[in-house]
Amino acid sequence: MIFNYIGNYSLIISVIISLTIFFLSISNLQKINIKKKINLNKLNFFQFFFVLVSFFSLVVLFVLSEFSNITVFNNSHTTKPLFYKISGTWGNHEGSLLLWLLILTLSLFIYFLSSKSRPIKERLLTLIFQEVIIIGFLIFIIKTSNPFNQIFPIPKEGLGLNPILQDPILAIHPPVLYLGYVSTSIIFSSSLASLVQGNVNNLWAKHIKKWIFASWIFLTIGILLGSIWAYYELGWGGFWFWDPVENISLMPWLSLTALLHCILVLEKRSLLSSWTIILSISTFTLSVCGTFLVRSGILNSVHTFANDPERGLFILIFLFILVFLSLVIYFLFEKNLKTNNNKFNLLTKESSILINNWFIMYFLSVILIGTIYPIFLEVLSDQKISVGPPFFNKLLIPFLIPFLIFMSIGPNLNWIKNKIFENKIQLIIFFILNLILSFFIIKIFGRITLTFTILLAASFYLFFITFKDLIKKDYKNISQAISHFGFSLLILSILMNSILSKEIIANLKVGEEIKFMESTIKFKKVENSSRSNFKSLVGFFEINNKDDKKFLFKPEIRIYNQPQVITSEADIKTNFFKDKFFVINLVKGENYFNIRYQEKPLMIWIWLSTILIAIGGSVSFFKRYEK
Amino acid sequence: MYGRKVKLRILFLVALISSIILTIFLILKSLEENVVYFLSPTEVKSLNELTQDKIRIGGMVKENSIDISSEKINFVITDFNNEINVMYSGLVPNLFQENKGVVAEGFLEDKNYFKAEKILAKHDENYMPPEIKEKLGEK
Repeated sequence: MIFNYIGNYSLIISVIISLTIFFLSISNLQKINIKKKINLNKLNFFQFFFVLVSFFSLVVLFVLSEFSNITVFNNSHTTKPLFYKISGTWGNHEGSLLLWLLILTLSLFIYFLSSKSRPIKERLLTLIFQEVIIIGFLIFIIKTSNPFNQIFPIPKEGLGLNPILQDPILAIHPPVLYLGYVSTSIIFSSSLASLVQGNVNNLWAKHIKKWIFASWIFLTIGILLGSIWAYYELGWGGFWFWDPVENISLMPWLSLTALLHCILVLEKRSLLSSWTIILSISTFTLSVCGTFLVRSGILNSVHTFANDPERGLFILIFLFILVFLSLVIYFLFEKNLKTNNNKFNLLTKESSILINNWFIMYFLSVILIGTIYPIFLEVLSDQKISVGPPFFNKLLIPFLIPFLIFMSIGPNLNWIKNKIFENKIQLIIFFILNLILSFFIIKIFGRITLTFTILLAASFYLFFITFKDLIKKDYKNISQAISHFGFSLLILSILMNSILSKEIIANLKVGEEIKFMESTIKFKKVENSSRSNFKSLVGFFEINNKDDKKFLFKPEIRIYNQPQVITSEADIKTNFFKDKFFVINLVKGENYFNIRYQEKPLMIWIWLSTILIAIGGSVSFFKRYEK
Repeated sequence: MYGRKVKLRILFLVALISSIILTIFLILKSLEENVVYFLSPTEVKSLNELTQDKIRIGGMVKENSIDISSEKINFVITDFNNEINVMYSGLVPNLFQENKGVVAEGFLEDKNYFKAEKILAKHDENYMPPEIKEKLGEK
């Protein structure tokens, strides 16, 4: 098939182009040549273009179900709907890495076009660092995970895509997440470049801020999509499970969030320059680290496509080189960072940002240790352990309280200097107001623990203060207010959700009834139906409330033909106050169905508030800089 | 004496280092309390004393061992050398089937009875936790 060759050769051509760019930039760096500048732009474009061609060849191979290609054979099937044939392109190891590479070259191309205001040396250096990453990934793909390997004799039928990945949200989850992950590479390269050039100042901060915001928005939305998918598809009835793979996506997000705040301090006050560089390095390292842990098969999850030690080893070595090089560069050029004599006062915006940065670093290290400790322990002592939600809840929740309080007070402080209690009466009034509120919450709900109550109070505090900022017309920083408001809403809905959720799990036969709270759940019947790629069993359940309202739930079990996998499709009824979640499972060979019914208050607000957080970021991204 | 700036720096460093130490201590302490060990039925049999901690047991669901009623599901986990009876009431994953891999999390009643709180979901019928694969492979 011709597209196998097109794809393969365009990859090889892009290696050549990348090497050319790499050496051209080095020679340009030594002797600034204005004419060659245009040249590089074109080369960047061609590099991106050839990776794009290669990517499209793979898409075409998937659409045409060309089973002469091993990747297609392993991950596709003729009965699969067209949409999932396309999304299947990145639903596997090889294709997803090609997508990584595509975004990597795209972001470099965009960077070079949009950075004309920066000194040429800094741009060239960024180009060089970025090319190191690109060439590394190109070699990785061609050597260990070439998507265009062929198989002979050509099989008649493919092995199919894991059905739980056949889902509209999961089709766009990887590209969005990758946009976030991969564009942090520009932040990494650019921060190293400006460090070498001694340019880490407010102008650089202003420039790189856009990239930080863009990655952060994509990462936020990407994680959100994954979480929504896990909620309705895996049937676990929650939105976050402290699964290693979830943690791994959260770590770069936390690091990026810290960076996002500290870049503002650098921009406004020219402080924290070395901290900014360290965060830029760690964000990208964590992104590559995530790719390593997920793709090497060390962690077990839906995301683990292949268990190939060679791949893991390659990424590990690559990661090691990246970290090592960036640390060497950091220590060699650290003296270039201008220490300025701007004083840090305790009661200022910058110090509250710094304090929140520390908290974020604490959250990050808890998650990091909780995620990688089991891996290390297994390698060192052959003991197998798992670290579950109690660990994370215990270590993270109490520290959210001061975090939330600083988050409420910080934005209302000024840069540089503040007088205590000057114009801060509002803050105190709100504080008292929410003490009263929390008192009533304890009264109403009774049994909740002390930590929960204080946490609830702290998030209400943030909620009111950001709400006040939002409705104030002349508030300067509307994007921050939106994001922080979203965050308070997120914590509030998570809290209410976890306190007020109710559920029942039982095994039922057709015709049986069961009591839940003040209503009855009746299992009426099962219907069979069949589609091109799966058969399905639909259970009909009727829930009678005490006030004689009837709800019909139709959860489904799907039995896919290729590969043969059974999945549950939950039936979820959503409104603004609560989600009603019904899922059934088959216990094979028996008449019983394992059913689970949950009422989850404020579920939709968890999604909406995360979207609000991302909207805040977007407002800031599109905002014109103040004169 | 040292200047005010130096004093501040030292204070800052001390605060930083002590908070890092505190953090690490906290994390390790709670790790100790919250880890869940993974055992096979054979390892359970060879335990010297019964552990009170939450553990995970992995193996295969023995053929014809699933016994289901409206409240509970009982079954037997085997690693083809030893077996353990599991009592469970709760949600089972779709891939919970006889002759398939399973991981149950809960507490040991004695060496033959395990009270499970959770049966872990898996996503792929060919997929088997490496722990099980390894443990089955050892045999």
